[in-house]
Amino acid sequence: MIKAILIFNNHGKPRLSKFYEHYTEDTEQQIIRETFHLVSKRDENVCNFLEGGLLIGGSENKLIYRHYATLYFVFCVDSSESELGILDLIQVFVETLDKCFENVCELDLIFHMDKVHNILAEMVMGGMVLETNMSEIITQAEAHNKMEKSEAGIAGAPARAVSAVKNMNLPEMPKNINIGDISIKVPNLPSFK
Amino acid sequence: MPAVSKGDGMRGLAVFISDIRNCKSKEAEIKRINKELANIRSKFKGDKALDGYSKKKYVCKLLFIFLLGHDIDFGHMEAVNLLSSNKYTEKQIGYLFISVLVNSNSELIRLINNAIKNDLSSRNPTFMCLALHCIANVGSREMAEAFAGEIPRILVAGDTMDSVKQSAALCLLRLYKTSPDLVLMGEWTSRVVHLLNDQHMGVVTAAISLITCLSQKNPDEFKTCVSLAVSRLSRIVSSASTDLQDYTYYFVPAPWLSCKLLRLLQCYPPPEDGAVKGRLVECLETILNKAQEPPKSKKVQHSNAKNAILFEAISLIIHYDSEPNLLVRACNQLGQFLQHRETNLRYLALESMCTLASSEFSHEAVKTHIETVINALKTERDVSVRQRAADLLYAMCDRSNAKQIVAEMLSYLETADYSIREEMVLKVAILAEKYAVDYSWYVDTILNLIRIAGDYVSEEVWYRVIQIVINRDDVQGYAAKTVFEALQAPACHENMVKVGGYILGEFGNLIAGDPRSSPLVQFNLLHSKFHLCSVPTRALLLSAYIKFINLFPETKSTIQEVLRSDSQIRNSDVELQQRAVEYLKLSSIASTDVLATVLEEMPPFPERESSILAKLKKKKGPGAVSVNELEEGKREGGELNGGGERGGDSSSTPSPSADLLGLRAGPPVTAAAPSAGSLLVDVFSEAGVNDDVPFLAVPACLFVCKNNGVLFENQLLQIGIKSEYRQNLGRMYLFYGNKTSVQFVTFTTTLNVQAKPVEPLIEGGAQVQQVINIECLTDFSDAPLLNIKFRYGGALQNLTLKLPVTINKFFQPTEMASHDFFQRWKQLSLPQQEAQKIFKANHAMDTEVLKAKLLGLGMALLENVDPNPENFVCAGVIQTKAQQVGSLLRLEPNAQAQMYRLTVRSSKDTVSKRLCELLAEQF
Repeated sequence: MIKAILIFNNHGKPRLSKFYEHYTEDTEQQIIRETFHLVSKRDENVCNFLEGGLLIGGSENKLIYRHYATLYFVFCVDSSESELGILDLIQVFVETLDKCFENVCELDLIFHMDKVHNILAEMVMGGMVLETNMSEIITQAEAHNKMEKSEAGIAGAPARAVSAVKNMNLPEMPKNINIGDISIKVPNLPSFK
Repeated sequence: MPAVSKGDGMRGLAVFISDIRNCKSKEAEIKRINKELANIRSKFKGDKALDGYSKKKYVCKLLFIFLLGHDIDFGHMEAVNLLSSNKYTEKQIGYLFISVLVNSNSELIRLINNAIKNDLSSRNPTFMCLALHCIANVGSREMAEAFAGEIPRILVAGDTMDSVKQSAALCLLRLYKTSPDLVLMGEWTSRVVHLLNDQHMGVVTAAISLITCLSQKNPDEFKTCVSLAVSRLSRIVSSASTDLQDYTYYFVPAPWLSCKLLRLLQCYPPPEDGAVKGRLVECLETILNKAQEPPKSKKVQHSNAKNAILFEAISLIIHYDSEPNLLVRACNQLGQFLQHRETNLRYLALESMCTLASSEFSHEAVKTHIETVINALKTERDVSVRQRAADLLYAMCDRSNAKQIVAEMLSYLETADYSIREEMVLKVAILAEKYAVDYSWYVDTILNLIRIAGDYVSEEVWYRVIQIVINRDDVQGYAAKTVFEALQAPACHENMVKVGGYILGEFGNLIAGDPRSSPLVQFNLLHSKFHLCSVPTRALLLSAYIKFINLFPETKSTIQEVLRSDSQIRNSDVELQQRAVEYLKLSSIASTDVLATVLEEMPPFPERESSILAKLKKKKGPGAVSVNELEEGKREGGELNGGGERGGDSSSTPSPSADLLGLRAGPPVTAAAPSAGSLLVDVFSEAGVNDDVPFLAVPACLFVCKNNGVLFENQLLQIGIKSEYRQNLGRMYLFYGNKTSVQFVTFTTTLNVQAKPVEPLIEGGAQVQQVINIECLTDFSDAPLLNIKFRYGGALQNLTLKLPVTINKFFQPTEMASHDFFQRWKQLSLPQQEAQKIFKANHAMDTEVLKAKLLGLGMALLENVDPNPENFVCAGVIQTKAQQVGSLLRLEPNAQAQMYRLTVRSSKDTVSKRLCELLAEQF
């Protein structure tokens, strides 16, 4: 079973956290910090598995992670999962995100948290894997997107008009937003096609 | 077309996020967040109905705030209201909020349940999936109560869409995990198994997780899944890489599903049906063969997927542990991976080999990789991999390679990562003790351990080395010499000072002959460490000093000086002050004799299972024999199991000691016998006595439960016996007492076991001693015979006696808890492993007497194991050179009927039978 899925950046800022077991909010934050601490001190090119931190169950659980440019994708799993299988699953998740967002980057995860959650929900449910087929996942995500758009077409028209006007006034909007140390694009994702 | 177009980002959200990121301090961030929370709160509370877009924007903001680690204490009601919306967008954002923010205790669950109920019956697959996801995410008991009946119906209904089926399967699994009592098995279970045959691979993927979990708990009900899983696996394995289209991942057909199928099969023993088994073996062979084929792609994903299946297949082979051919292939494959350039594969290979090492078919094959594994321990860059290598070395260790492995682990400890040092220390300590062939090696190893990793040496470890040194007199001198040398290091660990203080206090005299380690030198060395140590260690050292006064009277004044000094006698620590005062007083007023008695050498510790093992229990099962092998036969009485007196060196005893006679309690003395207490009988009374008939031949069966006593007595000769046993070795002292006043000449004894020749002459009234060393090679039922011939007054006397050596003498007691006992009892369930006897009591059924007899038998008498307190249960291991035979015993007395029922189970049928026969005569 997958106990938790965590995404954080190189500085330990959480970008997504999904726990499939109940912890208090405080513990969840501690687990994220502990996991970041364990994973970030490891060199590149070492193995992708390590024993879980104490908070999440110690050596009963394994952390399986991949590091893509600015982001760490960490899956915390128990002994019933295949390590290499989970590694592939992370790859499927990232490739799916990449397809859905067209060259995914850290910003996409921040500004479209709901979408990321939805995509993840198509893959993993209650800690178990629901679907591994990427085109199936993307089809579902697209269908949802379409539904959202069609609904927005009727009820969301005024809001979209407002936002369109605002955007017109701010043609260089992205530049106005100081995003600090977020490096925009995930440069050369090593594992991507 | 990308599924998410970037243009429609929410500007308010973007501004908020960038504000947060621009905050210079934590306080500023909190301020900004509080401002936003107030804003959202007022928006939610406001009269104006929010449109979908705004609601979504605010919920996203709340999620972001939550992700940053701030509590969100409102918005739940708004989220629940969104659930009843008819719009997908609103419903979806409501469910998202709830699945992230609502925990299972929330009071809102009832409202949420209502919304879920509506969505489940909506027949809109998207809404149904959202509702099922929510149940799976929250998974509370209230939800299980509400939906545990409904979901199986959705899962197996013919008209359910595939995507809903997938969600329903995992949702049901979640409910089963949280509330198994609410998910009732029923008609649906058999249909769930058939989902393994489903056309849609996604449905199979979801269903297999459910089936695996259910069959772990109810293996019989789901047995049919084995053949279905095998045929599904076979179809996948034999398919071409393009057959499964979207489920082919980097040229590997359905890797995830294959892994899950192989995991499911690990819940069951090998299939009984020959055809199914054949098909499965074929699959496993195909997977192993594919590993040798050239890769279809250079991408790491391709090899990952392929190897994921391979490792699961190897796990299954190890789980079956029945196909030597496959096991060897698996071991070879793992051997290849041990040297693979991919770190992940080396890691997994080391991990799998650990389980392989415990299989009897492959233990030897695993051992051939020892050099590679040692190399991995030395050179791997990654601590996770080194840890796996250390685990594997521990698993593959046996007598043949223990020295090498322990040495490598020790040298690794010098540089090992802090995180794994303590575990490594325990492992080294256990291996050193378990496979110690000579105890000087053991002492060296543990002292090295303290030197290298003193901080990580727990109390159990240094207690244990002291226990072992106290119990084995052959290593005491060496231990004293070694700690003395170790203490000379300028900086030595406090644990070393503790061990040093204890050992020199007990055995410092053994090295005091050397002027370099004279008593004063020893004392000064210990005392030089005193001020650097913590209070408990100082207390221990003070005790060592008073022991020194007893061992070496010449150090008395120096030590008294130290004790008298203000820093001791006025120490602010109560314990230290008390010790200093008491020891000082004791040393000045007590006579040498009193001192010698009070400060006598510590008696040996009772043998028990190593406490270190308990610390590492998760790695190893209980019951490992603490000390496996003893080579030398030099064993003193005090070291016997349950042995009382120490150092009873009987060779110098001129005549049978009083207790030798006193022990002879059992045999009824015939009326014709002279007073049993007198050793020497009247010379004249011998006339007319038939010398061939011993009038006091003690039946050998009386020695089953005791080791000492009179074996034989007639008017001429008395044979006393004293024996001691340790593991598979025994030593027996026979005392031949001449009861007459005339010499026995040409006294010979012949035995079918090795024996030192006995003095050919026994003076009248004197006694000679013969020592017999016994080694138990394998189990036996006939005792060795002793033939005694001598001339007494010209007449040849000839006697043949059975030596009281019985199989139970080689028992090593095994302590175990009730649970372990019954588990082992059940393991020994073959009919021939059990022997049972029901017999009438020959003696009074006194509990204490019974206990004493059972203890004398040599097994451990286990208290609080049998639910009936009247019954006795015992456990022990018979040590023979060839093998160890674990035995369990249960004695059920029936006081009314004056009967006993005795049941013995052991791993060897002849042993059970023999023990039963021996014991039936005892009670």
